[in-house]
Order: sequence, then structure tokens, then C-alpha cells
Amino acid sequence: MMELIQVALLLIQVVCAVIALTSRDLMVAVILFAAFSFCSALLFTMMGAVDVAFTEAIIGTATTVFYVAVIYRVERGSSK
Amino acid sequence: MRKGFGSIILDVGFRHLTPFLILYAVYVLVHGHYGPGGGFQAGALLGLAVVLGRVVQGQDAELGIGLSGGLVLACTGALIFLAIGLASLLWGGNFLDYGVLPIASAPAEARALGILGIEAGVTMGVMGVIIIMFDLLTRRGERE
Repeated sequence: MMELIQVALLLIQVVCAVIALTSRDLMVAVILFAAFSFCSALLFTMMGAVDVAFTEAIIGTATTVFYVAVIYRVERGSSK
Repeated sequence: MRKGFGSIILDVGFRHLTPFLILYAVYVLVHGHYGPGGGFQAGALLGLAVVLGRVVQGQDAELGIGLSGGLVLACTGALIFLAIGLASLLWGGNFLDYGVLPIASAPAEARALGILGIEAGVTMGVMGVIIIMFDLLTRRGERE
């Protein structure tokens, strides 16, 4: 059961990473990066590294806030 | 961020959420000996409480620690860390060897208090740096 959940989380991570890298909209990339970070926090918790998971969750939130604050000021996506 | 997103729902949510966020940060700092947590996470939580206020209420937010306040916090935190480390050198131990500090009767107790002091320094430093990063990312440039 745990292995199934871990495989599902890893698949979600791969999909999030690929879409975030290929997307032209920066907001989409940032939100998918937040989802990626949350999945890593869950995986760290399953592996028993609660401290690392805690740090990952907090820093994922903080970097998301920073990226959104920057996107608020710059052009949101390329026109191509 | 000069003008926040400021709707009334966000404002009320911020007012009710922030006390618990700060209390949780202090719990994470003090309970860091026994469970997951510690100075870095507590500092990030405190910094996020200030950043949340800045995002919701804009420049004149409550809890409004600005760029200079963040600088003072970060440098004071680093100074506390260095001072405790050098104090243990002064009392004849190694750097960051808290057991020799004359703050408690038993060396184990002195070690626990010394680690708590170091963690408080780290908390202040991380909180200040997160506030500085947010301020620098969102302030208006000189050219505009």
C-alpha cells in the first residue's frame, strides 16, 4: 500500500516537473512547483525524515510567495 | 508591495491566523530539542507571518517590519550566535562548547540553555533574511 502511494506521488512529481518546465505561463510553473514541493514533503514524511519534510513544506511555501510576488511585477508569460 | 490585496475576508483571515502562526513558531523553536523543528523552521514561520501581513495589508501593515528592521534582526541573530560561541571559548572550552558556560549548575543544563540561545539567534537571523528578501523583491525600483 505504501509503495503504491509512493509510486503515485513520484508519478505526480514527474508530471508536475515536465509541465512546469515546458509551460509558457510563469504562474502555472510556480503553482506546479508548489505541488512538486508538497509531494516531496509527503515522500520525506513516508521515509521517516520528518524534520526534512517540515523544512521542505515551509520553504516550499516561502519560495512560492516570493515567486508570486515577483510575477506580480514582471511579465507573466512569453507571447509565443 | 505598496498596496496589498486587501479585501475584508483576507484581512479578517490574517488577523485570526497570525497569533496562532506566531505561537506555533515559538513552540517549534522551544520544542526543537525533543521533536522535529528548530531555529530555522521557527524563523521561517515568523518571517512568513510578517510577509503574510505585508501581502494582505500592503506597506502599512501591522507587524510591519521593514527593510531596516529586517537587517537589524538578521545581524542581531548572527551576533547572538557568534557571542555564545565566543563566550564558550572565553570560559576555556571549544567554540560552541556550551557545557563550560557558567549559566547553570550542571553542564548538561548549561548545554541545553546554550543550544536554546543558539537556536534563538538562528530564528532571528532567518526571520530577518526572509523579510529582507520579500522587501527587496517587491519594492519599487528607483527608475520607476
